[in-house]
Amino acid sequence: MSRRFREIIIKNIFAVFAVLSVLILGLIVIFLFREGLPIFREVSVSKFLFGNFWYPTYDPPEYGIWPLIVGSLLVTLFACLIAVPMGVLSAIYISEIAPASIKEILKSVIELLAGLPSVVLGFFGMVIVAPWLQETFDLPTGLNIVNASVMLAIMAIPTISSISEDALYAVPREYKEASYALGATKFETIVNISVPAALSGISTAVILGMARAIGETMVVLMVAGGAAAIPQSIFDSVRPMPASIAAEMGEAPYRSGHYHALFATGIVLFFITLAFNLVADYISNKFKEEGSGTL
Amino acid sequence: MSKHLKQLIFVALCMFFGAGAAFAENIVIKGSTTVLPIAQTTLEAFMKANPGVNISLSGGGSGEGVKALIDKSTDIANSSREIKDKEIELAKSKGVNPVATVVAIDAIVPIVNPRNKVKNLNIDQLSQIYQGKITNWKEVGGDDLQIVVISRDSSSGTFEAWAEMVLNKAKVAPRAQMQASNGAIVQAVSKNRYALGYIGLGYINKSVKPLTVNGIEATLENAFSKTYPVSRPLYMYTNGKPTGQTAKYINFVLSPTGQKLVAKDGYVPVTGTTEAPKKGKK
Repeated sequence: MSRRFREIIIKNIFAVFAVLSVLILGLIVIFLFREGLPIFREVSVSKFLFGNFWYPTYDPPEYGIWPLIVGSLLVTLFACLIAVPMGVLSAIYISEIAPASIKEILKSVIELLAGLPSVVLGFFGMVIVAPWLQETFDLPTGLNIVNASVMLAIMAIPTISSISEDALYAVPREYKEASYALGATKFETIVNISVPAALSGISTAVILGMARAIGETMVVLMVAGGAAAIPQSIFDSVRPMPASIAAEMGEAPYRSGHYHALFATGIVLFFITLAFNLVADYISNKFKEEGSGTL
Repeated sequence: MSKHLKQLIFVALCMFFGAGAAFAENIVIKGSTTVLPIAQTTLEAFMKANPGVNISLSGGGSGEGVKALIDKSTDIANSSREIKDKEIELAKSKGVNPVATVVAIDAIVPIVNPRNKVKNLNIDQLSQIYQGKITNWKEVGGDDLQIVVISRDSSSGTFEAWAEMVLNKAKVAPRAQMQASNGAIVQAVSKNRYALGYIGLGYINKSVKPLTVNGIEATLENAFSKTYPVSRPLYMYTNGKPTGQTAKYINFVLSPTGQKLVAKDGYVPVTGTTEAPKKGKK
């Protein structure tokens, strides 16, 4: 076999795998829509999205996922309130302040956190955090928004931290050196130079962290409590969309209204994460040209 | 290289068709999602012991199963209720003779935290609580605490049975918490003195306190004699007396090995009643 011939074969093999993975993804999306869209023959889109009652197994069934959407958005929002400061600040510490030895340890610990299986985290939330929350604040239940948010924040921190850190690392040295040369302190340099220069990367990190949190299933299934009602306080139970899909799909009769409704919930979730990813993409592209001008 | 590929495809095809030929004997099971776990675990064990038999299983609910039996599109119809007179008529008109075999008994027990002093609830109180009409334990003889209602997710068989026998098809309040398994309910109730949940009899352990319903304790004997109100037999229906592999499978479900699997799934075994009640007294 000539070298040129082998080259061609190898090229084609790579092309096949690239096309195959895109193809599989495409097929999954097609499948999602094929199984989800039929529900809209039974219920209108607005009634499905904004209906307040989720009674898929009753007769007549009600397929309103508004409480599920609200549940998902709330736990994600609160998770971000915790994860964004912690993730970004730890990234700043690791990339700008920490000495080399601590930097290496912290980086690997945070990466380890990313590898923590979500079911383990869910179990921790259910068995340790929930009873503690309940006893400490004398609540009716420990399986609530706060608990789920804290667990999701733990999952989102590694994403936010490591991407933010990469962004901060990519800020050209010259910027910081110029800042120091002008007599700025380390703190002033971080706040006025490094963070603003890395802002697009940090925003991308935050949005990807949010996407991770909203799509996470196991944790919310185990610790959010699962009440399909609009919560009245942050200590109420909610049922985020992924939890509902995971809990019910196994026993929903094949191709029934309930089955289609769960797939349609999956479509809603798909669009939300897609929107997050598009925004992240847009931000990181928009500020792409920002970079070092020196050689 | 292309020669190797051809060989590979040939081998793959052989395996595919060869396997298809080996699984010539098919049993189709359809119906109740309550019976589904029993069918699932027993058929897995049965197929392991009898490699020549292929059993396909699907849910759909008791009604679907019976319908499929009448259409002759299934060999076994799982049902969590007795077949209705109308269905028998329809079956007879199509030359199908539904024969019932009780394979297990489903008993569902309300549970509370051991620190809760309530010992008994009647069906009506349970119904009111799950509908969100009674919201405080003091209304049913307990402390002045909010009741945290914990339910199974609405597509589970346990939920279905509870909705039917306790709620009489009324809707569970949306505020009720949803847990995805019997085990998760035990976990939640054992840690929460506000909570009320319900589980299959087989899942009770020391971390939770089972309540009596209408003053009757949930035991294997009471479930078996139908004095315990939240229990019901589970059926497998066949067209005429089961024959061939179908009979072999049903006999396996009723055998001690099969009934052990039934108990493991959290249901009350029907055969070996001399053994089973002793277990319940522990």
